[in-house]
Amino acid sequence: MENRVNIARRVMLGLAAGAMALGLAGPATAEVNLSGKTIEWIIPFSAGGGSDTWARFNAPLLSKYLPGNPVVVVVNEPGGGSTKGTNLFAARAKPDGLMLLGTSGSTQFPYLLGDPRVRYEYKDWKIAMAGPTGGVVYTTPSLGLTGPDDIAMLKDKELVYASQGATSLDLVPLLGFRLMGFDVQHVFGFKGRGDGRLSFERGEVNIDYQTSSAYIKNVQPLVEAGQAVPLFSWGVLNEAGEVVRDPTFPDLPSFVEAYQTLTGNVPSGPEYDAYFAFFTAGFPAQKMAFLPKGTPDEIVAAYQKAFEDMKTDPDYLANAEAVLGSYEQVTGALAQALFEKGTTISPELRTQVGTMLGAEYGVKLGED
Amino acid sequence: MIDTLLTAFATLLTFQHLFYMLVGVSVGLVIGVIPGLGGIAGLSLLIPFLYGMDEITALAMLIGLVAVIPTSDTFSSVLMGIPGSSASQATVLDGFPLAKQGQAARALSAAFISSMAGGIFGAIILTGFVVIARPIILSFGSAELFMLALFGLSMVAVLAGRSLAKGLAACSIGLIIGSIGGAPATGEFRMIFGFDYLYDGIPLVVVGLGFFAIPEIADLLRKNSAIASGHTLGTGWFQGFRDWWANVWLSMRCSGIGCIIGAIPGLGGSVVDWIAYGHAVQTVKKDPQFGKGDIRGVIAPESANNAMQGGALLPTMLFGIPGSGAMAVFLGGMVLLGIQPGPSMVGADLHITYSVVWSLALANVMGAGICLALAIPISKLTQIPFQRLAPFMIVLICFAAFQATRSLADLTALIGLGVLGVLMKRFGWPRPALLIGYVLAPQAETYFYQALQFNGWSFLGRPGVIIIGLMTLASIWFGLRNRVDENGQVVPKADDAPDVPSFKAHLPQIGFAVAMAVILLVAFADSLKHDFLAQVFPLSVSIIGLVMLAILIPQLVRGKTGHHAHFDAELTGDHVGQAGIGSLWGGLAWIAGLVVLTALLGFYAALLIFFPFFLIVRAKAGPVAVVLMSAAAAGFILLLAWALSLNFPSGALQDVADLPWPFR
Repeated sequence: MENRVNIARRVMLGLAAGAMALGLAGPATAEVNLSGKTIEWIIPFSAGGGSDTWARFNAPLLSKYLPGNPVVVVVNEPGGGSTKGTNLFAARAKPDGLMLLGTSGSTQFPYLLGDPRVRYEYKDWKIAMAGPTGGVVYTTPSLGLTGPDDIAMLKDKELVYASQGATSLDLVPLLGFRLMGFDVQHVFGFKGRGDGRLSFERGEVNIDYQTSSAYIKNVQPLVEAGQAVPLFSWGVLNEAGEVVRDPTFPDLPSFVEAYQTLTGNVPSGPEYDAYFAFFTAGFPAQKMAFLPKGTPDEIVAAYQKAFEDMKTDPDYLANAEAVLGSYEQVTGALAQALFEKGTTISPELRTQVGTMLGAEYGVKLGED
Repeated sequence: MIDTLLTAFATLLTFQHLFYMLVGVSVGLVIGVIPGLGGIAGLSLLIPFLYGMDEITALAMLIGLVAVIPTSDTFSSVLMGIPGSSASQATVLDGFPLAKQGQAARALSAAFISSMAGGIFGAIILTGFVVIARPIILSFGSAELFMLALFGLSMVAVLAGRSLAKGLAACSIGLIIGSIGGAPATGEFRMIFGFDYLYDGIPLVVVGLGFFAIPEIADLLRKNSAIASGHTLGTGWFQGFRDWWANVWLSMRCSGIGCIIGAIPGLGGSVVDWIAYGHAVQTVKKDPQFGKGDIRGVIAPESANNAMQGGALLPTMLFGIPGSGAMAVFLGGMVLLGIQPGPSMVGADLHITYSVVWSLALANVMGAGICLALAIPISKLTQIPFQRLAPFMIVLICFAAFQATRSLADLTALIGLGVLGVLMKRFGWPRPALLIGYVLAPQAETYFYQALQFNGWSFLGRPGVIIIGLMTLASIWFGLRNRVDENGQVVPKADDAPDVPSFKAHLPQIGFAVAMAVILLVAFADSLKHDFLAQVFPLSVSIIGLVMLAILIPQLVRGKTGHHAHFDAELTGDHVGQAGIGSLWGGLAWIAGLVVLTALLGFYAALLIFFPFFLIVRAKAGPVAVVLMSAAAAGFILLLAWALSLNFPSGALQDVADLPWPFR
């Protein structure tokens, strides 16, 4: 008896759901259920790096908060400075919510610069989440500075910076220092920001930047010991898309403030626009998680909700600081705004940056 | 400090701690045995368990994993001639000949005891060194690192073989291969010929397998016998222990070398084993048999590579800069655990550092103990007829190769380099010299450019540079005195090379030398297209290589019979004239077959066809054996791929059809 009622109820519910799906609200009401499924999170970098750590931190939480608790596996597809794995995702992923892509600044930059290896189009994809990051630029007290206010003293100094390459994430400091009018010799071929910091400590370079968590752990002690002087943070974007002070470093000016101290003006013009595009792609929108072209809205919404819900999880709260720095992962309108700003560059600006890199640093971006 | 040390030690010896370390050690041993898999794969396996564990316990597990990979990777290096990981490439040179002589158990035991000694000795050095490490590491600037790269290259002198010109030409080819891809100074892409794959350069694992594993497989498949020619497996691990004890000072010296090179960030772990091997060849006086199965050629690199892991911990923990590939993984693990490396590791967090250092020593003891217990049973593999073992090895090599970028291009590159490797072996071109060049090319170029940028030419006057420079000169001098050839034995002074008195018989080796000259000319022409900063390195290297060939080729053409430059294994090798010897290219053709099938059907489907086909056609196995062995291989690879959540390289079929994993 009880059984029959249940069956009848199920049939009714099924019919009702069918009717709704057919006639009423269209796809928006269809339940997303991923139970029993395996989701592949493509990371176009090797295991052990920053992007991989970021994905492996998020993966178990995503599994916990997605409807149906699917298994989420991180699949590393390194190569071609992250273009290989990303191309693979662009060619292969189906709009069923079972494949996710994690990108980094190193994936955005070749796209913005028009690298011939890029066969992906950001505008096709739907953003599930964006993870901002930040950093602090510092210098050595041997140049005579005592704090951020003395930044003008750098104007006529010969500065040396340890760079990972002119088309790497270090393009942001390269463009930023140019904008500020500093005379900086960029020495390329460093393997990471950690290598650059070591070079600073050895006295080989006299200006450097570190991402926030590395700055707090490794440079703050140098500042306290009088061996380093902070200059400015790159800053973060507010909801209006303006650069404001990084809340992690409320006492440090942002790049824009430092520029004002230096020149008395608000930065503007095509050179600033070029800087701003790469800055956004490299910091506020550095880590992004995408779903492929044509993914139904309710699947995107389910992912966004999962990324939101995980923020109160004790595991998230316990480890977020170490993995993400002190920056909140964002979804929804803010993520969309970061995504658009971090993946858009006008053809003129692209040509301008490309020509400048070629003329001044001998960089060839490859022929199409 | 003593207090901290004791507290750290007490935490270490709790049951929970030891248990998790054993878990890490077990995973590390399994991962290390499989060629191509290293710390990165191991970490992906352990990550899900890291959450919610306390710091020290989780670290013990990670350390257990990282510490023993250079222990168990010795199995495939010694037993099959396949470098188990980049840290034990040099072990192949003498370990594999020992296995062929039926002394696999002895070689393995000596290797494991050396690994254990290296690991423990490394930990002892670190205990004292950790406190003073910061200033010492900071004293190594780009200039000193460049000189260290040169010091590494000086090992070419001792490994150059009978003909110095040939050895230096081989090293030049290695340097050229190592300079493929983005130039450090400008990011220009060199010698990519329109292939996306070459943008990143050819990966180390592919180069190592192509030049060392493939020629061995090709050789073994010709002979159709078991790897071990004798019927005994030697006297086992007691003999190995005695060998180690007789060379305990060599082992200690190599541990010291390993520890220090590991501690200096920037040189990379893959050159440590070669430096240790070179050091052994330079310093051993009594009856050297290097390359033919000298146990000291196993003890030296194995002592060094485990100590290296300890040294590499220092830059990782103190500066957050990984000193080796495995350490990059360890660093990722630390971040996930919420431990930020930095100066506090020698201050407030010193107890963590000590527990890590001593976990490392303990893990080495565990790992070596387990491996020793397994050495004798596993070395029986060398008595199996090789045609039965070959399909496993071929599949394993391909599996290892595509770990590099997970694409078909890895396999194509493997075949290309394999052809080169087979020919180099045939014509007596020293492959170690090539590999050292390949490994050190990026370092030498990058640090030279950086040193010039930072210091100008005055970098040559820095005290560190002068000291390392003198060491390099000493190394070259000792090296040239004790030079060994590809086939063993210290180079004789006289021109009495085994040879055939006929110009026509020399044509193949002359042809190969000319082909190498063409490769260098292509590199030369390519370098002309680039900016000065991007061209200067490949340009100089190709010119040096061409000069060496300009010396070598006339020697080959005009040299009288027995001239030291002459060598062709097809004329004078042990197998010449024996019955039942197959073609030089048979083995390579089989591997190429698997790669072609992969290009058509994807790797897993190709494997399912290749395996039974090989067993039936080549090994003439019975139906039951075919089914059982194919199923075992297919199941094993599937389990590995599943555990590591990886996709196999896809072929043409996958472009048109949407197949379920593992076929997609």
